[in-house]
Amino acid sequence: MEYSGVLVVGEQRGGSVHSVTYELLARGRTLADKLGVGLACVVIGHELEAFGREIVERGADIVYLIDDPCLEWFIPRRYSAELAALIEQIRPEIVLAAATTAGRTLMPHVAAKLDTGLTADCTGLDIDDKERLLLQTRPAIGGNVMATIKTPSARPQMATVRPKSARPLPRDLGRQGEIVVRAAACDDAQCAGECLLGFVRDTSQDVSVQDAEIVVAGGKGLKSRDNFRMVEELAGLLGAAVGATRDVVDLGWIGYPHQIGLSGKTVSPRLYVAIGLSGTIQHLAGMQTSETIVAINKDKDAQIFRVADYGIVGDLFEVVPELIDKIRAAKNARLCGAR
Amino acid sequence: MNLFVLLKQVPGTSNVKMDEKTGTMVRTDHENVINPLDENALEAALELKRSIDGSKVTVVSMGPPPASRALKEAIAMGADEAHLLCHRGFAGSDTLATARALALAIEHVAGRELGPSDLVLCGERATDGETGQVGPMISAMLDIAVATYVRGIEVKEDHVVVERVVEEGFERVRLPLPALVTVVKDINQPGFPTLAGKLAAKAAPVPLLTPDDLGLTRDTVGLSGSPTRVVQVFRPKFARDTVLRQQDSGGAAVDSLVDLLIEKEVI
Repeated sequence: MEYSGVLVVGEQRGGSVHSVTYELLARGRTLADKLGVGLACVVIGHELEAFGREIVERGADIVYLIDDPCLEWFIPRRYSAELAALIEQIRPEIVLAAATTAGRTLMPHVAAKLDTGLTADCTGLDIDDKERLLLQTRPAIGGNVMATIKTPSARPQMATVRPKSARPLPRDLGRQGEIVVRAAACDDAQCAGECLLGFVRDTSQDVSVQDAEIVVAGGKGLKSRDNFRMVEELAGLLGAAVGATRDVVDLGWIGYPHQIGLSGKTVSPRLYVAIGLSGTIQHLAGMQTSETIVAINKDKDAQIFRVADYGIVGDLFEVVPELIDKIRAAKNARLCGAR
Repeated sequence: MNLFVLLKQVPGTSNVKMDEKTGTMVRTDHENVINPLDENALEAALELKRSIDGSKVTVVSMGPPPASRALKEAIAMGADEAHLLCHRGFAGSDTLATARALALAIEHVAGRELGPSDLVLCGERATDGETGQVGPMISAMLDIAVATYVRGIEVKEDHVVVERVVEEGFERVRLPLPALVTVVKDINQPGFPTLAGKLAAKAAPVPLLTPDDLGLTRDTVGLSGSPTRVVQVFRPKFARDTVLRQQDSGGAAVDSLVDLLIEKEVI
């Protein structure tokens, strides 16, 4: 049987389907439409039935809910056995999952089992019209370039996709699709003794940069931890989350949960303000889908200006304080006007 | 306990240049180092060795001849034995081909299939490729348990309990042995080479392994054993109509920015 169709691997956390599933469906829908094939979605977990309908409304033609008490928590070998079995049954030509801690563990495991290729952390996916192959684009080796990767003959073509690098489709309440609920298919004897002992929610890790509507981020152009407070002050004024480059996190000015970029978080806020950061490819990979991007940097050739909607070339130590004062003034004027 | 640590040698700065014609790294400008997270994996193995009598730490790497320096450094830090997969046949391996070779190499240097006293450790990802795929792939190929993003390891009788860092908190996971874990920076602070270690490193051989040694045929190794192909390397073009203003003493550039923020309804 030929490999055909697109499969996206949804994700559940704590019994709910996570929104990254809907981002993957938007990606998958575009690819499936270009190929003229169907879009399937699988979610592995427990007590998922209620979510099938929304997955259809967000773009799936068929939903597989692999639902079993033994699948409540992510155990790589169990999930991998179930996903590999489904792939062998439905034989999709493309499989996409989120580049989350779970997706980045599950997908390489499954790719190795199926002896096929996998591309990590894609920020762009497209179809090569001539060969009908998946074009998988990701920031490449540490530098200032992107690489496009193909899987010419092995099947399926597999990729993990950065969360927040695409927007979910709106719900289409009238959309028709099939929902298949089934129990675990695989004998889990080999996973005996492999289990989750506990889960501690820790919100200090989650500074919600990813869900923020506005992000103000600083780079090493700020020159010191003390100066970095300017970024925090501006963020406070705008009700924004604080972001940082990898350099800044490595220097210890702020914690890793604030790191934006390939090895940190990917964000897609309404407004992204970049201060004193040049815009390495890794950083751009984490923020270039933001709706509006503002940059302040002294180097007019800084890469960050190439993705910015509005840029000021200048000394941030003069521009940012001036901006803070003027935003305060504008807010005050508005308050007075409202009275 | 037998501890196998996978090391990768990476360029010493996080900002490597790439040859845009060939799509390969330009390595000349920078000193190569052990991938930082692999150093954490090595330190975790050395800590386990110190706490469990009769343990042995074996480091394995794949790379060109200079990678033996990284392995010598690992011995200077306290590893007992090192092996380097080094042959032009390995060149061009993607993550799957790399994992296939390393999985076979682990069993080759162990001299057997892995058993209940074996643990494999590596960094969650390397700073150059940043894929994080090789570890989980090896675990699938060896059919052993796996845990990624690990920041703590406790060894029990015939299993380990690890703590994983995930998006919304921490998981405690029980893994039967043998197992493979990939570690994150939080797990420890890597140590330094000792004088005795440096002397040991000088004397220690670093045996080289070839595809033949591992029973790998031409079509399962290197570029021809890799299912993925890099087809294009490019500088991204971003489609935004950038308005770029020079800072000015009159403050017009900042005024326009404030107007933009008002228009976007953020103030």
